[in-house]
Amino acid sequence: MDTTALALSLKLAFWTCIILLPLAVFVGRLLAWRDFTGKALVEAAIALPLVLPPTVLGFYLLLGMGATSTLGQYYHALTGRHLVFSFDGLLLASVIFNLPFAIQPLQRAFEAIPLQTREAAWCCGLSPAQTLWRIELPLAWSGAVSALALTFAHTLGEFGVVLMVGGNIEAETKTIAISIYDRVQALDNHSAGLMSAVLLLFSLLSIGLVYRLSQRARKHVQSRP
Amino acid sequence: MSKAGLKLKLRQRQPIPLDVEIDCDSGELLALVGPSGSGKTTILRSIAGLYQPHSGFIRCGEETWLERERGINVSTQDRRIGFVFQDYALFPHLSALQNITTALSHLDVAARDARGRELLEQVNLKGLEQRLPVHLSGGQRQRVALARALAREPKILLLDEPFSAVDQITRRKLQQELVVLRRSIDIPIVLVTHDLFEAASLADRLYVMHRGKTLQNGAPDEVLQYPRNALVARLVGHTNIFSATIDAHDSRAGISRILWRGAALEVKLDQRQAPGSAVDWVIHPAHIVMHRRDRPSLGERENPLRGVVREFLKQGESLVVNLELDGDDAAFISFSINRHSARRNNLEIGAEVGVSLLADGIHLMAPER
Repeated sequence: MDTTALALSLKLAFWTCIILLPLAVFVGRLLAWRDFTGKALVEAAIALPLVLPPTVLGFYLLLGMGATSTLGQYYHALTGRHLVFSFDGLLLASVIFNLPFAIQPLQRAFEAIPLQTREAAWCCGLSPAQTLWRIELPLAWSGAVSALALTFAHTLGEFGVVLMVGGNIEAETKTIAISIYDRVQALDNHSAGLMSAVLLLFSLLSIGLVYRLSQRARKHVQSRP
Repeated sequence: MSKAGLKLKLRQRQPIPLDVEIDCDSGELLALVGPSGSGKTTILRSIAGLYQPHSGFIRCGEETWLERERGINVSTQDRRIGFVFQDYALFPHLSALQNITTALSHLDVAARDARGRELLEQVNLKGLEQRLPVHLSGGQRQRVALARALAREPKILLLDEPFSAVDQITRRKLQQELVVLRRSIDIPIVLVTHDLFEAASLADRLYVMHRGKTLQNGAPDEVLQYPRNALVARLVGHTNIFSATIDAHDSRAGISRILWRGAALEVKLDQRQAPGSAVDWVIHPAHIVMHRRDRPSLGERENPLRGVVREFLKQGESLVVNLELDGDDAAFISFSINRHSARRNNLEIGAEVGVSLLADGIHLMAPER
């Protein structure tokens, strides 16, 4: 069992969730309640990681973050570090390939809040920020938990993008999914099996939680006055 | 108009046409009535700042909440309105008490709980403080919504079809509660409703709305009895609306005569239209008297008509009878009669009966432009 890889995966998943949650709340809310030109295009772009082969996504991220790219150069000038084959780059890639997993559940959750509920909050004197904090987020919490669970599980399991962008550097970019592949290559089926079982169990629990929450959220909406 | 009242003027063509001027004194209850799409709810939402009309102004008391020409548009949060939504829009994750304390941010944190409980008691919900909306009945939810609307000590109370989501019995009860509650709050109240009976029984004044315009406003009895034209008459529920021509005015006898379906009808003197001009007229079913079928009487001389009973509609203790006139299946007049009289007169479908249209009950209206 490669505990370094497991720890790195958990660290990556944790930071991905921390960065994505506020972003997903902002974008999910915007997509739920605003109509604007190009909205369908934005939604399609966000959903792309669901259908694009991870290698394709990884390839474009590699191009976009490479040492010769604008972003790569800018980042290097700013921090003295490179984006590709580093944890920082892996985190950025992770945020991007998890966009649909974080945004879509929150968008659905915000869509389920009737406009009148928010209007009632404004009529009660609540500012937009107070309305978000005291009314919208408590009503969309199941969406937020789903977003976190999906993002966390998906980050642990992602292989293609990680390999393309991060490579296979011990304690920097070698996540548990890469380590499983490594162990199989080295004919160490015992280790590979153990780590696979851990991932399987974790993913099952996460998805189970998501389904349980969406079931509860449905009941809540059905019985909503 | 008193200083603390509401005064507004709203104008726009698109997307929802509006062309209204409304004023409502403090303590006055105004009802906006009219069909769906007549702009009633849009007006209410404009007052609350939830809808932005293109031009006009809204003033409440000393404050100007909207004045397009001067670029004034106060936010909903700063308008201090109490709004009861059609389906109440309670916060489903908060208890009845928390729903109310949410609107008490103008008080110290320590004072909110006590004030919230006081308001719940005022709407007869003591003991239900911790209930979530999902565990309250329709009537209880409406009361929480009303208490929440009053919690901010609003400058105006806006009620959007507040009784439409409850059963008939609860509705009557809630309406009575509103009548009592009104005595203790001295602010303008604007009620939007489809239900004319509700509007007439609760409101001090009715505004009859159609396509964003006020067709008529006045005391409920006045609007119901004396609609300005046939459209208003239809909107306030009249069915006996007809067209005729003015024949003559006889000011000495205090009557006007109109020609209708080839016969003359006498109506109380109304000289607004000259002889020869077209006129619409309306009569409430209660002003049509059925002749006794067993023996004639003197009253039969007043505007007599004969017809055949085609339909009955039960309305409480009364029957509304649809009478087909002179075998013309396009000409109907309806009148009401109590069930007991209907039985005594052997009134049945197909029976031929005579009725008198009481001259005092006929109201003449200028034809619609």
